[in-house]
Amino acid sequence: MIDLVFFAKLILPLFILVILFSALITRTDAYSAFVSGGKEGLQMAAELLPFLVGMMAAISVLRSSGLLLWITNLLSPLFLTFHIPAELFPLFLTRPISGTAALSITADLTHTYGTEHIISRMAAVVQGSTDTTLYILTVYFGAVGIKKMGRALAVGLLADVTGMILAVVVTLWYFQNVWS
Amino acid sequence: MVNLIWIFMLISGILFSLFNGTVDEVNKGLLESAGQAVELVIGFVAVFTLWLGMMEIAKRAGLLELVTKLGFPFIRRLFPDLPKNHPAAGYIMTNLSANFFGLGNAATPFGVKAMKELQSMNKNAEQASRSMVTFLCMNTAAVTFFPATIVSMRLSEGAADPLDIVIPAFIATILSCSAAIFYDRISWKIVSGGSRD
Repeated sequence: MIDLVFFAKLILPLFILVILFSALITRTDAYSAFVSGGKEGLQMAAELLPFLVGMMAAISVLRSSGLLLWITNLLSPLFLTFHIPAELFPLFLTRPISGTAALSITADLTHTYGTEHIISRMAAVVQGSTDTTLYILTVYFGAVGIKKMGRALAVGLLADVTGMILAVVVTLWYFQNVWS
Repeated sequence: MVNLIWIFMLISGILFSLFNGTVDEVNKGLLESAGQAVELVIGFVAVFTLWLGMMEIAKRAGLLELVTKLGFPFIRRLFPDLPKNHPAAGYIMTNLSANFFGLGNAATPFGVKAMKELQSMNKNAEQASRSMVTFLCMNTAAVTFFPATIVSMRLSEGAADPLDIVIPAFIATILSCSAAIFYDRISWKIVSGGSRD
């Protein structure tokens, strides 16, 4: 498995090498191409700022006012009916909204229960196998000026719920049957 | 839609804070979050400039075209609306590959660039096209081969084997990505009434 970590580190340098060698072979002016592509990237990144400030401020108000916690407590009995540990509920609710907040919940659960506990492992798998839907919507659609998301939000959130439940089920199955 | 959600998030949060006695926290949170957004964008400026610069070399050297041609038969199945060998396919592939290897930082600029390419052939500039929705759904449930952040968190918490969650996470992510593609197809069929436009 350690080889995998090493391999993951090699991908980006290899990617750059392939690009630069192909530039050499085709006699492409790599440096001026890099600068002009970089200029476009700079502009794209800077234009994302208002979208991110707006969305992150709204999320922060939800969290800091205590409303998110209140909704979490209100809905957590629902969780027990599905035999999912209630400790994971805050993570489920936070994961599609804020990646950083979700990571701090996962770190907190890991710290409380220990790294080998099934709840910590479930949290880690949920965190590792899903992404922050609201953030992706903000960045990707914001960048091109889409105002009508259509079914994207509904499909994204539905996929999140499915993905998180599947993550819990897979973790349970894996650590009970496969992992020794 | 986004407009209403955004207004609702802010109004409900602010009203709740008035009853909950958390006005101070909200004041603090607003400023902090704006600062965090700026920090995030500074990080974006770095990776967007670096990776889109590299991609521009790949594009001019003809490498992107080659990758697009090689991957198009696969991409076409997921994005039936994409014209043959359109550059968007190349950016979609680099984005999905970067996600696959857990390189979230590099995945974002490629993804945004792919969206720009998809937007350039979108008939209604304000509304997300079919391909854009599919691409977005695949990103929210992106297949991750190696969840680097979570592994390093578990390592710092002192896990005996921080990599123990890599395999279940990989299985879960394949399943959730399949679910996302499935929901996308189903909802598109419902919205379009099964007819092609």
